[in-house]
Amino acid sequence: MLIIGQPKEGPELMLKILRTLCAAFAMVMATLIVATLPAKAQLKLDITKGVVEPMPIAITDFLSGDQLGTNISNVIAADLERSGLFAPVDKGAFIEKISNPDAAPRFEDWKVINAQALVTGRVTKQGDGRLKAEFRLWDTFAGQQLDGQQFFTSPESWRRVAHIIADAIYEKLTGEKGYFDTRVVFVDESGTKEKRIKRLAIMDQDGANVRYLTNGKDLVLTPRFSPSRQEITYMSFEGGKPQIYLLQLETGQRELVGNFPGMTIAPRFSPDGQKVVMSLLQEDGSANVYTMDLRSRTTTRLTSTSAIDTGASYSPDGSQVVFESDRGGRPQIYKMGADGSNPQRISFGDGSYSTPVWSPRGDLIAFTKQSGGEFSIGVMKTDGSGERILTSGYHDEGPTWAPNGRVLMFFRLPPGSNSPKLSTVDLTGRNLRQIQTPNLASDPAWSPLLE
Amino acid sequence: MRRFEMIARSPVFVALFLSLAIAGCASKKNMPNSAGDLGLAGSAKPGSTQDFTVNVGDRIFFDVDSSVIRADAQQTLAKQAQWLQRYPNYAITVEGHADERGTREYNLALGQRRAAATRNYLASQGVPAARIKTLSYGNERPVAVCDSESCWSQNRRAITVLGGAGS
Repeated sequence: MLIIGQPKEGPELMLKILRTLCAAFAMVMATLIVATLPAKAQLKLDITKGVVEPMPIAITDFLSGDQLGTNISNVIAADLERSGLFAPVDKGAFIEKISNPDAAPRFEDWKVINAQALVTGRVTKQGDGRLKAEFRLWDTFAGQQLDGQQFFTSPESWRRVAHIIADAIYEKLTGEKGYFDTRVVFVDESGTKEKRIKRLAIMDQDGANVRYLTNGKDLVLTPRFSPSRQEITYMSFEGGKPQIYLLQLETGQRELVGNFPGMTIAPRFSPDGQKVVMSLLQEDGSANVYTMDLRSRTTTRLTSTSAIDTGASYSPDGSQVVFESDRGGRPQIYKMGADGSNPQRISFGDGSYSTPVWSPRGDLIAFTKQSGGEFSIGVMKTDGSGERILTSGYHDEGPTWAPNGRVLMFFRLPPGSNSPKLSTVDLTGRNLRQIQTPNLASDPAWSPLLE
Repeated sequence: MRRFEMIARSPVFVALFLSLAIAGCASKKNMPNSAGDLGLAGSAKPGSTQDFTVNVGDRIFFDVDSSVIRADAQQTLAKQAQWLQRYPNYAITVEGHADERGTREYNLALGQRRAAATRNYLASQGVPAARIKTLSYGNERPVAVCDSESCWSQNRRAITVLGGAGS
């Protein structure tokens, strides 16, 4: 249970803070003119350029009676650092020791260590056992507060509060939604390299709080989040008949999606959560794209070829579906109406293209490309133009978008090992990070943000 | 001799032996398709699953991205079809597999395409199609894992798996 609010952070508190801040400034610099404060340009990181110099930001330990304040600030700093857009300043360089996070900091102390932004905060235990976490984000060069919020949560959700604060900071400083308060479903892999034991697992986007959703008895593949992020759809070989299932994350309740005569693979939700699109493997060896309406249980066939049509993914507005097909020889990316109308090929580069995934922003399609003995993760515009390869290796596969459309997670295998690990790369291709997981891991799917 | 029999009867050892033998084989066209080709024949009881695996050959191999039944595979499937008609009580599942040089979903579909092609060939040789189920594992069950064709070529396969009550 998490309550997000700004009970006192309306204009009143902002004014009060401004007044406090001005008073503090007046003491330090008697010549400061109050009226200049709002006139200063707000600190903002321009992330529309190709190369972004990470913004130096000081994230102080949140005040608390115990280790928790430090833990929270560490999670916030790690989130922001991993984005590649921020460079948290080493705590050892801090001059001012924050003793009252409600008061304006000594901006000069932060400017001199080149911290353009400063985060202060406090976490306190409430009488009812909940935690209250408060933070303030300061623009050190303009000498003003940019944001201030407080959150109430159960003590075990402290990491989640840290991610929410990191999202608030990210959004305030970049102008884009963050993606830190999100989770990832993936396939945990153990056992021998010839016969992997695969379990569905879920974790926070930073690799913390791993929880297993299946026991490893049945081979499970390609979990995908529902838009509400309350359930996932995935493929299981249960009972020797590989099919698509739904799993409610809170209750653990499972159900089969459709009753098809053959194997069903490659499931994905529609953006409204009402349908699952998937491929049916047919007796003649073809694979075609179908949808099933989860309410009416009716199935609709979207493609009718003797080829392999699979890997379908909806556009965010639900009007189109992108998929891979080898109808022209090698696997390539095609686009069609959500009713299966007017399929057209959009990828024309060398090699083959698969696992297309429409960006949550709607502007790009991410894919896996095989060419010259390498596997790459790339993006292209939705008409197939403007292809950009973000990362390449022996085997990079299966991109999934962060909800803000700026970062992709995928799995990467080193040569000849069958030992996948998860990595992220951002749209610049310059910020490549491996995600720490307890075991080997593949088939990641990023959750949406909770609104 | 006892030890030899034990080895020949164990599908694991046969598979392992096959893996080693095939890994060392330069030309895939000359790949042995059964333990029988390797001189392991003779010890299995006629009509047993061991007989099928050792003396007939339970698997065929495919070229990259292909589900075409190769000439060597046609020979194996012809032998399989003869054997399966002689012992009609076995349920048959053809498992299609792909190498790991493809993406997961495509490989699942490719494995199904290979299983279907194999079933169709067996049917053309007189095995009732209704008797044959198909299943694809995609690239989920490699026989050999390395970073070269010597492994990948072993993994692009269809295996005829016998189930149900034999005679």
